[in-house]
Amino acid sequence: MDAIILQLLNGLDKGGAYALIALGLTLVFGTLGVVNFAHGVLFMLGAFCAVTLNKLLQLQNVIIDPTKTTAWGTPLEIKTPYIEAWFGDFGKVMIDYSVPLSILLAIPVMLLIGITMERGIIRRFYKRPHADQILVTFGLAIVIQEVVKAAFGANPLPQPAPEVVSGSANIGEWLGLGPGLVYPYWRLVYLVFSFVVIGLVFSFLQFTTYGMVVRAGMEDRETVGLLGIDIERRFTVVFGMATVVAGVAGVMYTPILPPDYHMGMDFLVLSFVVVVVGGMGSLPGAVLAGFLLGVLQSFASMNEIKSILPGIDQIIIYLVAVVILLVRPRGLMGRKGVMES
Amino acid sequence: METTKQKDFVLLAIFSLVVLTAPFTLLPFGAAYPDLLQRFAIYGIFAIGFNILFGLTGYLSFGHAAFLGVGSYAAVWSFKLFSMNVILALIGGVLMGGVMALLIGYVSLRRSGIYFSILTLAFAQMSYNLAYSVLTPITNGETGLRVLRADPRYIDSIFGDASMALPNLFGIGMTGLSGFYFCAVVLIGVFYFSICIMRSPFGMKLRGIKTNQVRMNYTGFNTRPYMLTAFVISGMYAGLAGSLLAVTDPLAGAERMQWTASGEVVLMTILGGVGTLIGPFVGAVIIKYFENIFSAINEQTLHSVFSFLPEGLQNAVVSITGLFVGDGWQLTLGLIFVLVVVYLPGGVMEGVARIGRIFRSNGPSSDGQTAKPQPAE
Repeated sequence: MDAIILQLLNGLDKGGAYALIALGLTLVFGTLGVVNFAHGVLFMLGAFCAVTLNKLLQLQNVIIDPTKTTAWGTPLEIKTPYIEAWFGDFGKVMIDYSVPLSILLAIPVMLLIGITMERGIIRRFYKRPHADQILVTFGLAIVIQEVVKAAFGANPLPQPAPEVVSGSANIGEWLGLGPGLVYPYWRLVYLVFSFVVIGLVFSFLQFTTYGMVVRAGMEDRETVGLLGIDIERRFTVVFGMATVVAGVAGVMYTPILPPDYHMGMDFLVLSFVVVVVGGMGSLPGAVLAGFLLGVLQSFASMNEIKSILPGIDQIIIYLVAVVILLVRPRGLMGRKGVMES
Repeated sequence: METTKQKDFVLLAIFSLVVLTAPFTLLPFGAAYPDLLQRFAIYGIFAIGFNILFGLTGYLSFGHAAFLGVGSYAAVWSFKLFSMNVILALIGGVLMGGVMALLIGYVSLRRSGIYFSILTLAFAQMSYNLAYSVLTPITNGETGLRVLRADPRYIDSIFGDASMALPNLFGIGMTGLSGFYFCAVVLIGVFYFSICIMRSPFGMKLRGIKTNQVRMNYTGFNTRPYMLTAFVISGMYAGLAGSLLAVTDPLAGAERMQWTASGEVVLMTILGGVGTLIGPFVGAVIIKYFENIFSAINEQTLHSVFSFLPEGLQNAVVSITGLFVGDGWQLTLGLIFVLVVVYLPGGVMEGVARIGRIFRSNGPSSDGQTAKPQPAE
């Protein structure tokens, strides 16, 4: 029982990341009709926003104290981060909370990156075949990835979660299942966070006038254009939004998985599978499929299941995707007639 | 007026000449050593095969590396079990590549467009993940499959000497130039075969599928078997390339099957020119050549190149250009690739054609007919 709950949580957690990336992917596909192979890289860029902010906050002022020496005989260096010197205890808190704070940095940065990308390159590919879109975004992904590698190096850079939530939550006691069942706080935070972001995106599209116009544009962009609405601009904003969602998902994922330059590509393949399983262009489908595949993957990695079907944990997601594509090509919640060939 | 057949013959002759004289003509470019030349030939074969699928039918496969990997494994197993003779290894690689392509293609070709890409990608990732984990008894996991002295080699042991653990062609070693010439002959052979396919009625049908599959179906034409044949042929090319990789270096690892490797062959084909005869090979050579040259450049070479500049400027220039060479070679590749896709969708071959057209329209003997832009294939 404990193991099942643990795997369920693990799966939901991973599923949260898949769902957030897939949400942006499918949003971009539904609005612009573009297959964006660079979307995983945006997740990675978000994660590196967290790394950057952490590095900035940790910039240290080194004072050499000549009166004291260390055990090795060299003068004692007193290192204090500038931020601590300026703000005292508040600075310490800021360093501690660098990951959540990075969201504030990531939102404008990712919005800028997204809009630049859309206006600069992707705009030229609206009318070209999907294969061309895949190719150009794939190239773009390589470029971004290599720039990050040149700037931050190739090694994973672990980011600490804030002190308060760095420990483990005793879920077993909360649920009355005995004390054996513990789970890292941060992962619970991530789960809640992904629900919140998904809720925000949906309510933006469902309950605001802006979102209504975007949805109308997804249905029939020409008619919306004829009504005198600049639908292209709104779609650019939607692209920016998708970028931000991927970015903040990356920021919050850093304490779970130390970011490195190729994490984006690793997630991209899986997120694409998620989008396809959910149905291209279907937002609820992407979320559902994200969580579903996350949970399936973590159950498949349980030892009991692996002993029956060796290797199933490695291929379960792809297997599900193959079956879905062959049996129901529009995906779990895809609309009838859209991308069914 | 030359016929297409004569033109193709001339092309084949020139191609063979260029390939066979490469060890001498490439000397001034610092690319004349057999190891690199072999890689040109092998990845050329891989790209030519990929082009038969993508160039003719427009189906973008993102899982071709799986066939390359399977070809390598098959070749090494043939070395281990049967004989160090490379002919057997090549046959094994081609067959296994073909069988694998038949299985994956049969399923994947039920869908087209992006779904086809995702399906092939999913299958390739499955093979890669399995090769790393459960199939370790066959693939030897992370260490990679290698040839050992103690392997049985049943056929070799019948004819006596089973202890010789180097790939050979009836006793001729596969190292150095002889290895390159072996690859080169195979390359010319498969290049000729690809010309035959492109000019054949079969090739025309594939082009028809690319142009308008729906209309092909409406004329009462079942496209599936043709697609599958193209997919299998292309998989066999990849298997052949994979087994040649094992011939030149008898070691097979799972990383050859990773999807980034599939991405590389896509890059080669696009860069050279999709759907053209010679383009994919050109793309493969360009990528492999610059990969080799660019990644060998380090900061010291840059400093000596820019030594004519004043010190401060020199450091600045070196640190900027340093981003694009050495480890950063992938960055250059990505940039070039994006530029090509945006501005020159026909790749290098289209660029050459455009330049040729400029010269022809300026020349005195130009006629209006040849200057007409041809649709990119």
